[in-house]
Order: sequence, then structure tokens, then C-alpha cells
Amino acid sequence: MSILVIAEHDNASLKGATLSTVAAAKAIGGDIAVLVAGSGCQAVADAAAKIEGVGKVLLADDAAYGHQLAENLAALVVDLAKGYTHVLASATTTGKNFMPRVAALLDVAQISEIISVESADTFKRPIYAGNVIATVQSADPIKVITVRATGFDPVAAEGGSAAVESVSGSHNAGVSEFVKEELAKSDRPELTAAKIVVSGGRGMQNGDNFKLLYELADKLGAAVGASRAAVDAGFVPNDMQVGQTGKIVAPDLYIAVGISGAIQHLAGMKDSKVIVAINKDEDAPIFQVADYGLVADLFDAVPALDKLL
Amino acid sequence: MKILVAVKRVVDYNVKVRPKADGSGVDLNNVKMSINPFCEIAVEEAVRLKEKGVATEVVAVSLGDKASQEQIRTALALGADRGVLVETSEELQPLAVAKLLKALVDKEQPQLIILGKQSIDGDNNQTGQMLAALAGIAQATFASELVVDGDKVQVTREIDGGLQTLSLTLPAVVTTDLRLNEPRYASLPNIMKAKKKPLETLSPADLGVDVAPRLKTVKVEPPAERKAGIKVESVEQLVEKLKNEAKVI
Ligand SMILES: Cc1cc2nc3c(=O)[nH]c(=O)nc-3n(C[C@H](O)[C@H](O)[C@H](O)COP(=O)(O)OP(=O)(O)OC[C@H]3O[C@@H](n4cnc5c(N)ncnc54)[C@H](O)[C@@H]3O)c2cc1C
Ligand SMILES: Nc1ncnc2c1ncn2[C@@H]1O[C@H](COP(=O)(O)O)[C@@H](O)[C@H]1O
Repeated sequence: MSILVIAEHDNASLKGATLSTVAAAKAIGGDIAVLVAGSGCQAVADAAAKIEGVGKVLLADDAAYGHQLAENLAALVVDLAKGYTHVLASATTTGKNFMPRVAALLDVAQISEIISVESADTFKRPIYAGNVIATVQSADPIKVITVRATGFDPVAAEGGSAAVESVSGSHNAGVSEFVKEELAKSDRPELTAAKIVVSGGRGMQNGDNFKLLYELADKLGAAVGASRAAVDAGFVPNDMQVGQTGKIVAPDLYIAVGISGAIQHLAGMKDSKVIVAINKDEDAPIFQVADYGLVADLFDAVPALDKLL
Repeated sequence: MKILVAVKRVVDYNVKVRPKADGSGVDLNNVKMSINPFCEIAVEEAVRLKEKGVATEVVAVSLGDKASQEQIRTALALGADRGVLVETSEELQPLAVAKLLKALVDKEQPQLIILGKQSIDGDNNQTGQMLAALAGIAQATFASELVVDGDKVQVTREIDGGLQTLSLTLPAVVTTDLRLNEPRYASLPNIMKAKKKPLETLSPADLGVDVAPRLKTVKVEPPAERKAGIKVESVEQLVEKLKNEAKVI
């Protein structure tokens, strides 16, 4: 078996999700190569070379890959994929964007968001907002897979010493162009990597009230998330949405504040180790998954909690 | 400009489905079926482009068994002009759907193809990207804003880090995210009118596509249950439990 893992990065640093994807590759077993495709991304390749268990790093450093445009990235990966039995990427918005193109161009299925490896051709993945876990088997010659980071404990970022090889040639489809980006800036930990997440829902009433959660989060070293309702209402930006169609998190502690617990929200957080729910409605479904439920008005409970920490 | 929208029939988002006891599949007996919510957003966007005079025709396509006609009628009631049903009782996986849609794109020659970002049953998040690859055209997934400008479309995308804006050369594929728009409700007169709009039925064979599944579902099972928790009486007790029992703070 030989596995190609596509690194998740922002040209400057390697993202933690890559370490979970390498862990999935290790579970499949075989030689692991990591592709770093980007622009001015030598430092990322150097970091990838140190990942435990990685045998080789391929570096495709070209302006065409600078913004991870799906058309260009997929063409590159398809070019390289022929020599591998498995191609893996993280189930991030980047991986979800280009990987199905890779699969289609190779005329194989994609196996989305696996949470476990049963064997080299058989995997588990959640469907129906995580209410059902399917075990699927692929007969395709190349398995194209996206990996849900919460399903795999990351491998060590240090310890390896792989060689870095440059990949020549540039794939530029010329049909799409990057215009601009508005990235959220925050000193708090990244939502999907944080040990503690504090999330707010429609019960927060407005964006200003989220300050209560930011203050609490800063005391706890936590990231702040939100329900879809809070994002739709404009309280907070889209990158904070946790759920079936947002981010999947599984921190040690998840505190849901003013969130009812719709299945679409639960899909994104119910694998957290400890769940706390603060809600004034004692029948809110969130209490069915909470280890510790507090029936209270959040505007009393959150400041009180903040004071006690 | 012609727009093609793909609408899928799925279990309604309010239904909590369960695996069958023997693990052979999901129990869909007497379950409410609806148009996939992301597809509804796709139809709404196409209809708005028509209302703005950007699009001239909106064609709604669904692939599946005969019952998928209902979802096409829903799209027609929301304002689509005509429907195409690719009828089959076989299980359709995303690659097969993308191949069928590619054949329809060849036939219909739309400038813009709008799909949902994700089916809420299979949670695949693949079809739009696969279609774009097979058709050799540009894509913008997870759209929260879409502006057609001459032979280009500018799309703002919801990405993990925030928002990204791309400019694509038409024809192109766009997949919808939740914030793209808020779909309207179909009015009764429009539901009646939709019954008279044209709906063509084709088979996968008509389109020359082999739809054989590539993935075999070995079994399905419920997720691990969480053990029942407790209600705490006060914030003090909560902090005490988190410190001494759960040891997470
Ligand atoms: C296709 C689709 C995809 C979706 N994807 C997602 C997703 O990824 N993530 C997601 O979260 N949702 C998603 N949803 C939406 C989901 O179905 C729910 O509508 C949403 O999660 C509700 O958000 P909420 O709990 O904040 O709001 P509500 O359901 O309105 O709940 C608000 C809660 O706050 C409590 N509350 C109000 N005031 C106070 C107070 N003062 N003190 C304490 N408690 C208070 C109320 O008791 C209530 O329980 C999706 C829906 C669809 C159709
Ligand atoms: N059987 C189908 N009929 C019509 N459209 C479909 C079908 N399957 C997938 N799609 C389209 O592809 C989108 C993404 O689906 P998926 O890749 O399955 O998550 C959906 O929102 C639809 O727009």
C-alpha cells in the first residue's frame, strides 16, 4: 500500500488536521507521502518532513496553487495519484472542495469524512447528521478519502526526517481566479483544535452579548463556537458554526449556552468528552446529551460562572 | 442565460432516522420526505436571478425514483420553469449522479449549474465538485453570495477561516451554503400552476450512463450512546463537578 496525504496549510504553517489525516493513513498501513501544494510554502514542506511516520514529502510550489483553487489542485493531485493506492485529505472546506474533483477525474468514488479504518478498503463514516454510522467498502483501484479529524488522534508533529522532493510543472486551468479573502482574526485557539469550546445560540439574543462568552472563554483558554441560528441572525460570523453543516468539534469540554440541541447541532459536538448545557428550558433536547445540565437564565449563569473561575 | 438546478429528494431534516435492527439499512418506512434544504436554496437563487433578468430559464432536475417528481414540482412551484426527472430505482451514488448531470449539461447547455453543497441524508458533499470536474469547468462551493457579471460569476464562499471570494468563467458550477438566501414559501396559486409546467422523464440509459454503485454498504449501526448525565442545582455545583469529578477545568 502507498498512501498520498494532501497537507492542509496556509502557505506559512501546517495545520493540525494534517496530523489526524496522517494518523488515518497509518491506520491503513503502508508508505506515506505528503504533498504540500501551495505558493511560497517551503516552510510547510519542512514541517511535513518532520511528521512521525512520513516517508517522503512532495513539494509543488507554484502561484497556481497559492489559494488552493480546486481546479488546479485537483489536476496536480490526479497527475500524482496514479502511483498510489490511497489519496487522503482532511475533511476541511479545502479538502471537501478539491477532493471530489480528484475522485471524478480518476473515475472512482470518494469516501467522505471517515471516522475509522476497518481495513485497507473498508471504512466507517457518519450519515444522516451522525444518527447512523455506515461501514462502506470500496472496490476502486484508488481510494479517494476525506478524513474527519475528530476520528483520529493526531500523530506526533516531530520525530520524522523525510526527504523533500520538488514536483515540477504547473497546472493552471485558467477558469477561476482568487479575488479576496476575509479571514477571522482571533487570539483564541482554533475551534477545531481547542481543548475547551464555549458555544452560544439564539438564546444569546445579539452579537454584543457574545462578549459574555468571549470573557468566559478567555478565562478557560477556550474557543468560541455558535449554532446556525446565531450565525444566521448575524450575531457571529459563519466560521463559528458548529454542526452537521459547519465544523465538527470534539473537545474535552463543550459548554452549550442558549442552544436548544437540534440534531444538526448535536452532529457537530456530541463526541465531546464532557458536555455542559446552560438553558432556561428544562425540556431542551441539549440536556439529553449533556453530562451536566444547568436549568437557568444564561444572563445570570454565565456571569456567575465567570466569577467563580 | 439558462440555469440548471439539481434537487434531491431526502428524508425531512426534522426526522431522526434510525438504522434497521439487522443493520442492512436505514428505516425509511412512513418517513416524511422533502426537498434537500440546500437544494431549496439553490432553486431560490436561480429564481431570483431570473426575476432580476439575469437568467432566462430555470430547469430543475432530480434523479431517483418516480416519487422525486414531488421535489421537482416543489421547485416548479418556487418558480422554476420546467423539470427533468432521470428516473431509476437503483441506488445512485454521487459519481453516478455527477455523470448523469454531466450528460444533461451537455444536452441543455446551461451557463450556470447550481447544486446544494450537501445532501442531508448521505452527507457526501461531492456531487457539484464531481460534475464540475467531469464537465471541465470551474466551481465555487459553499456559496454565500453570487453575482453574475457578463461571462463571469463572482462567488463568496464560506470557508473554515472566514470568507473567500472567487471569480469564475462561465459556464460554472456553484454549490449553496445556508446563508446564500432564505427560500420563499410556495403560494397556493403557484403550487397549482406548477402542476401544469412541463416535466420530462428520462432514464440513465437514455443518457448513456452506467450508474452501478462503487461503494458497498457493509452495514449500518447507531452511533455510540452517551451515558445519561445529571442536572446540577447551581453554578457552584457545576464548577465543583467540572473540577473534581470531570477534571476538565
Ligand atoms: C440543512 C440544515 C443544516 C443545518 N446545519 C446546522 C449546523 O451545522 N449547526 C447548527 O447549529 N444548526 C444547524 N441547523 C439548524 C438547526 O436545525 C437549528 O435550527 C439550530 O441549531 C437552532 O439553533 P439554536 O439552538 O441556537 O436556536 P433555538 O433552537 O431557537 O434555541 C435557543 C435556545 O436558547 C434557550 N434560551 C433562550 N433564552 C435563554 C436564556 N436567557 N437563558 C438560557 N437559555 C435561553 C431556549 O430555551 C432555546 O432552547 C441546520 C438546519 C438545516 C435545515
Ligand atoms: N439524486 C439527486 N438528484 C438531484 N440532485 C442531486 C442528487 N444527488 C445529489 N444531488 C445534488 O448534489 C448536491 C450535493 O449532494 P451530495 O454530493 O450527495 O452531498 C445536492 O444538494 C443536489 O443539488
